[in-house]
Amino acid sequence: MEYFIQQLLNGLTLGSIYGLVAIGYTMVYGIIGMINFAHGDIFMLGGFAALIVFLILTSFFAGIPVALALLVMLVVAMLVTSLWNWTIERVAYRPLRGSFRLAPLITAIGMSIVLSNFIQVTQGPRNKPVPPLVNDVFHFGSITVSLKQILIVIVTSVLLAAFWYIVNKTPLGRAQRATEQDRKMAALLGVDVDRTISITFVMGAALAAVAGTMYLMYYGVASFNDGFIPGVKAFTAAVLGGIGSLPGAVLGGLLIGLIESLWSAYFSIAYKDVATFAILAFVLIFKPTGILGRPEVEKV
Amino acid sequence: MSNANSPATDVAPGLMAKALREGLFAGVLAFGMFLLYVGVETYQNIDNALVWRMRWGLLAVFVAIAAVGRFLVVAFLRPSLDRRKLNKAKAGLLDVSEDKGFFHKHFLKIAMIVLVLYPPVIVSLYGVQGSLKFVDNFGIQILIYVMLAWGLNVVVGLAGLLDLGYVAFYAVGAYSYALLSDHFGLSFWVLLPMAGILAAFWGIILGFPVLRLRGDYLAIVTLAFGEIIRLVLMNWAEVTGGTAGISGVAKASIFGIWSFDVGASNNFAKAFALPMSSAYYKIFLFYVILALCLITAYVTIRLRRMPIGRAWEALREDEIACRSLGINTVTTKLTAFAIGAMFGGFAGSFFAARQGFVSPESFVFLESAVILAIVVLGGMGSLTGIAVAAVVMIGGTELLREMEFLKHVFGPDFTPELYRMLLFGLAMVVVMLFKPRGFVGSREPTAFLKERKSVSGSFTKEGHG
Repeated sequence: MEYFIQQLLNGLTLGSIYGLVAIGYTMVYGIIGMINFAHGDIFMLGGFAALIVFLILTSFFAGIPVALALLVMLVVAMLVTSLWNWTIERVAYRPLRGSFRLAPLITAIGMSIVLSNFIQVTQGPRNKPVPPLVNDVFHFGSITVSLKQILIVIVTSVLLAAFWYIVNKTPLGRAQRATEQDRKMAALLGVDVDRTISITFVMGAALAAVAGTMYLMYYGVASFNDGFIPGVKAFTAAVLGGIGSLPGAVLGGLLIGLIESLWSAYFSIAYKDVATFAILAFVLIFKPTGILGRPEVEKV
Repeated sequence: MSNANSPATDVAPGLMAKALREGLFAGVLAFGMFLLYVGVETYQNIDNALVWRMRWGLLAVFVAIAAVGRFLVVAFLRPSLDRRKLNKAKAGLLDVSEDKGFFHKHFLKIAMIVLVLYPPVIVSLYGVQGSLKFVDNFGIQILIYVMLAWGLNVVVGLAGLLDLGYVAFYAVGAYSYALLSDHFGLSFWVLLPMAGILAAFWGIILGFPVLRLRGDYLAIVTLAFGEIIRLVLMNWAEVTGGTAGISGVAKASIFGIWSFDVGASNNFAKAFALPMSSAYYKIFLFYVILALCLITAYVTIRLRRMPIGRAWEALREDEIACRSLGINTVTTKLTAFAIGAMFGGFAGSFFAARQGFVSPESFVFLESAVILAIVVLGGMGSLTGIAVAAVVMIGGTELLREMEFLKHVFGPDFTPELYRMLLFGLAMVVVMLFKPRGFVGSREPTAFLKERKSVSGSFTKEGHG
């Protein structure tokens, strides 16, 4: 039982990370109907930004409080990846809006190759280990909870609350929802569609950067090809929860995290990625709308 | 972006100021983007701890390129492009031209002659041993991708089913050949059709569950299938050898008459009293893959004229209309998957015979992406366009390996190979931005009334599938 609860906690931690990345996928898909293949690599860029900021900070201020260091890492990573995603949308995706359907998918795959190879070229192909930031662990009976897990869950929850507020209560969120429902009509009613889409990309990137920082903190290592597998898992989470649905993305992320850690614990660690991919295939085949998604009406 | 609608007949008064402003903005943006990733170098020191140092010079180069590039685009390139477009529109010229040059008319014959003569010419130029690199890296490597892309073209270009897991069938072909020749000692010529048939079966097996899906969802499910097959190959170590793969895969022989095994009594070089070299095998393989490519092209062209090919193209254009006209979409989709997969299987068994070694490393998602990119960049459905795209993309990246002189420009630490995939990705993005319809963006209809008219890519509607 303790083992089960332990795995449950690990799964929730991992799931919050996937959930944050999944939001980026689901928002972009909802608003322009495109699978942003490069989103996983934006997540990887976020992790690298955090890593580099961490190195710089610790070399200048040796005894810097961990909380402050983490905050600076988060903020810088969010800023830098936002810039990247904004530029990518502007340069590579926007000119192809309204072009034939495969074109944005191909550029997104190309962008994903570019980003991971850019980091490979500039930062080297080897894994980058960082010394552990937070080491504290708490014991409840035989269950161990580390401070990083608590931190990850808290940061995720706070961000999700803020994000929920933006999407549901602010004029910006209203513009986003309007654009998602009907881009042309929203434009006619005075919503700046281009700007809204840009902001959506920026928000997705900022959340992915937070997830990247958390991932770095959790595993203590960054690598240029860290974008693909977590990216596909986050995409699976978005699909499982119902693509286009924000609560669905978070729910899907948590479920994927739980499934992954329970599968590794009780079945086989070697096949944990197979489990994720199999879920992805099953959901898409049997319930393409996911758990919380709206059914898509087929128009002639 | 904002001045796209401004009149460009004469130089606008504020153009230079605007270009300067945009150039400056691009420079600031590039500084923000590259400061951490380019400006800071992270490396492990002797104690294995991660440390960093600044690379101001490199960062300055990046920022300068962004700023100057943006300035030049806004100030000079864009106005001139706009002007040219306007003149064309005034003259009333369409992008579709009817007259074709000599090269254009006889392209197929010229290409065939060049391909058949390629190995002898290379051998006479560089000698037997020197030809190895050219025949293998440029000839065989490119032709494998041509074959794979033509195979995928059946699925994506003709039937309009977006497949991101095509490399799975390539893997099935390669492993079928490696395992069956290893365990049963069957020859390449027996196993080549067998690998194709096995891959076709896998195409049907994986095609069944995805019959209802289309578009992006189909792409993602096929990606998942491709990854599952790779992960199983990687983890099922008792059969597939795991990450280490299978080495010592048997070579192909010339129909069992001459062999390329060094010790064999009927060794090709010995039989003709030639000096020992592995180049003969590569030249032989070059002709094998050339023949396989031609078979693929021939089958594709013939199938397009058959009812099943027409059904594929109908399916690509509109699935609902297709169904209401009584076309059985289930068999149509499954045959497309099976035939596409079969060609992938052929290419896979050829690949195993050429490498003599198979491992899951060769069948990653990136390969699928590269093959799909070639199909799309070539202008889906056009065999010539796809071949051109394969030559440009694969040949171009292979060429990078040969660019030794770059070492003199950028210093001895410069390894051009590292930039292969980076440039490949950039090329994918850039080609899509400027030619979203691919290199050959026109479709020649197979069914027509009275006369055949080629349709410019911009007039054809994309299928939903």
